Amino acid sequence: MKVDRRSFLGLGLGAAAGVAVTPATWKLMDDSSIWTQNWPWTPVPPAGEATYDNTVCSLCPGNCGIMVRKIDGRPVKIEGRSDYPVNAGGVCLHGISAIQYLYDPSRIKAPLKRENDTFVEITWDEALDMVAERLTEIRASGSADKIACVTDQTKGTIPGLFARFLKATGSNNVYAMDTMEKTWEITLEKIHGGRSSAGFDLENSDFVLSFGAGLIEGWGSPVKNFKINSSRKERGSTLVQVEPRLSNTAANADVWIAAKPGTEADLALGIAGVIIKESLFNSAFVTASGKGFQELAAVLGKNYSPEAVAQTTGVKAAKIIEIARDFARSSAPIAIAGRGRGMSAGSVREFSAVHLLNCIVGNINTKGGVWTLAAQDYEKWPAVEMDDLATAAFEQAPLDSAGSMAGLFTNAGKEKNIEALLIHQANPCFALGDAGSVTEAVKKIPFVVSFSSVMDETTQEADVILPGHMLLERLEDRPSGAGVAQRVTGLSRPVIEPLFNTKNPGDTLLELARKMEGTIGASFPWESYEECLEAVTGDLWAELSDQGYAAETATPPGGGVKVDFSFIVKSQAPVEMEGEAKDFPLVLVPVDNVRISAGSLISSPFAIKTVSDNVLKGKDLLVEINPETARANKLSHGDLAVIETPKGKATVRVNLFEGIMPGVVAMAKGLGHVLDNNKYVGGKGVNINELMGPIVDPVSGLDAAWGIRARLSRA
Amino acid sequence: MSELEEKTENGSTDASGQDASREQGKKGDAATGYGVLFFIGAFAVCFLSGWLLFPNLLYSKKEQPFNFNHALHVDEMGGCDACHFFREDGSFSGMPKTSQCIECHESQLGDTKDEEIFITEYVEAEKEVPWLIYSEQPDCVFFSHAAHVIKAGMDCRSCHGDIGTSTTTKTYEENRITGYSRDIWGKNIWGIKKNSWDRMKMDDCAECHERETGSKGACFQCHK
Ligand code: SF4
Repeated sequence: MKVDRRSFLGLGLGAAAGVAVTPATWKLMDDSSIWTQNWPWTPVPPAGEATYDNTVCSLCPGNCGIMVRKIDGRPVKIEGRSDYPVNAGGVCLHGISAIQYLYDPSRIKAPLKRENDTFVEITWDEALDMVAERLTEIRASGSADKIACVTDQTKGTIPGLFARFLKATGSNNVYAMDTMEKTWEITLEKIHGGRSSAGFDLENSDFVLSFGAGLIEGWGSPVKNFKINSSRKERGSTLVQVEPRLSNTAANADVWIAAKPGTEADLALGIAGVIIKESLFNSAFVTASGKGFQELAAVLGKNYSPEAVAQTTGVKAAKIIEIARDFARSSAPIAIAGRGRGMSAGSVREFSAVHLLNCIVGNINTKGGVWTLAAQDYEKWPAVEMDDLATAAFEQAPLDSAGSMAGLFTNAGKEKNIEALLIHQANPCFALGDAGSVTEAVKKIPFVVSFSSVMDETTQEADVILPGHMLLERLEDRPSGAGVAQRVTGLSRPVIEPLFNTKNPGDTLLELARKMEGTIGASFPWESYEECLEAVTGDLWAELSDQGYAAETATPPGGGVKVDFSFIVKSQAPVEMEGEAKDFPLVLVPVDNVRISAGSLISSPFAIKTVSDNVLKGKDLLVEINPETARANKLSHGDLAVIETPKGKATVRVNLFEGIMPGVVAMAKGLGHVLDNNKYVGGKGVNINELMGPIVDPVSGLDAAWGIRARLSRA
Repeated sequence: MSELEEKTENGSTDASGQDASREQGKKGDAATGYGVLFFIGAFAVCFLSGWLLFPNLLYSKKEQPFNFNHALHVDEMGGCDACHFFREDGSFSGMPKTSQCIECHESQLGDTKDEEIFITEYVEAEKEVPWLIYSEQPDCVFFSHAAHVIKAGMDCRSCHGDIGTSTTTKTYEENRITGYSRDIWGKNIWGIKKNSWDRMKMDDCAECHERETGSKGACFQCHK
């Protein structure tokens, strides 16, 4: 038998015909289509019972009330809590991605200690023993005043416990990251006397004059301000934005005024001069409450005429006069300061010049004005017990008398050495100006203890890490601030069992204190942080735990307010930039982007994904310049360039933007993290704090740097 | 004139030439024969494997973690919704959790081997039973039990058949390609059905929707 072509043909045809009259082909086609629509390797979230838990977002000072949707106890989605006074149902993109923070690849899963250049896992007992022993040694050697602590903020019981712990050991070196809130507090104190926080009743104002405040870039309490801004048109309120570039807020405003960066205070003084000269000010208020007004009027008349201010700021004199008239003739005008998100301190001169506008129109503690809110006073702490060592050491002057972190780290490594540093929710090695030098200073500190949940830049320098729970795992009270004109205290509570071997920093401190025994242990009589919170919040606890928040009604504080105009006359020296114009012809300014978190918080992978290609492309950061600046520097869009400042240099790409003043270079803040394992956020872009140093404000001692001289050349 | 005609005319056509062409004809017949043979053979093999072998190869057989007696439970508990209930928010609970079963089965109630497995391997170990779900649909299908059972008043049987009266759990046949149960396509390999619960493919949903509502429905009703 000879098998030839025909046989094969027969075989093939036979097979095809045979298969065709069976279900195989049709069934396989159907199955493969189902397979392609449900790739077996695509993760599918398991179904289950849906429940909601209320808590408060602590990712930024906004403190929004949130609802966590869970499926069979697993958090899957964050929504805004509609009955919450701050955010009324809204939530920002950082808030909605809070779940990603739980599973962040940089999370610290257990206590660690440094061994040479690596970290090794240890038990909680070993870790706490190490810290307790070391702090006890430092105290015994008479250096208790050289223990320092850095936290993200001062309000609430967890920062309260840190301050208490430091006091019980004998140190008054508790520092918090600088924000506009601190500068506002100092400004209000200098002008009105007494300690108070600023509240801005933007909701009821019909004319908002913003000096760089990024109302839709995350300023203050972000979601609250998004909402206030979106109702602006229907409320008939006007927004005038003073900013050297067309930010989203500027684009959304009714009027955008591009004053030269760093001249905002001059512009405010110029506007005030016009209001006074044209007698548009509230003379009843000024006469009744003011001191030194005539003197101020004379200085403004002499040095801040519209023409002179036009020279300094680049804003036309006619425009200055127009804004002054519109502002003063509005029924509830308000002027606000604090650039971008308000997460940096800024200069007291600028803040007080801006606040002068509120003072002369008498819009203090009135509807639609600036409120001087008394500090939250619900925390009732028992007295700290101090032994002789603690009492003696606590008398010593703090390591930086101005309470400024910039000063603290400049001194670290010098004669006033820090012996031990405790760090909680703060990342100074990334977030402070001149981050490189701060890192060097931290490296020199003999003993660094981090309470962080993630391996951030500062924690990488720690000797012992006592890892904390993340948001959604931790209990914490969250008093409002961030310029909200209402005192609201939120309760952030655990909605999930901790994923790793971490602790609430409150509990860690209690255990640490017990291990240190004596008066330190005795100062912390609570079994757990929960018990402490319940005891310390006293009367408020029932409401807090029941409703998830306690809010006072939003009414202006009563009682008259005094205005010392002479302070404004005194604080006249502008904060200058670092660098010489001849070497560095351009001005580099940091820009807050609503999609990138600011301060110590690291953006989530989701947030980074949403950042525009004009800000971050792949791993490259793009700086924004005017096409005119580009021509002068022989650069075109997308070019690789080197940006150099007196502090350092970095390679960036160029983004041409007509909406920025010629001569100014804008760079996004919050990028350029160096993170272990987190490839989604780490290694992307450049940290502007490597290029900019702090400039200490002569009045507040805080970092008032708003820009630095720079040059840009093709790479 | 053609060459052949010429040859014939000239009487010069020799016998050997004629033999060769006859031989060739015979060979051709044989080859065609083989071709047909091969055709029939291949047809038969493929036809039979398509019908008999293929369904067996396509599905792998899996047993449930242990046997479950629906009839007994329905009797005791009084209906499907005693265990497969609607939650307060209207979502359907689906497979009962071990915590639900514990309400009765904290310790062994009867003396069956299956219950013993359940108690020792799941209740005591605080684990969920990894039931294989015969009616599990792909994740790209959105299905609301509430809309069908509560709103349209359908009974469970319309889609799930007589599972409520079964005394044992049948073997789960898993499609090796899709990973879903054979019950979705139907036991019949052609997908022919006699009862409404024999198949749970899209066409079956559409057929019922058309009958009951006058429209097959829009894509996004089920594919969200
Ligand atoms: S604005 Fe702040 S507090 Fe509110 S959701 Fe966003 S990150 Fe959280």
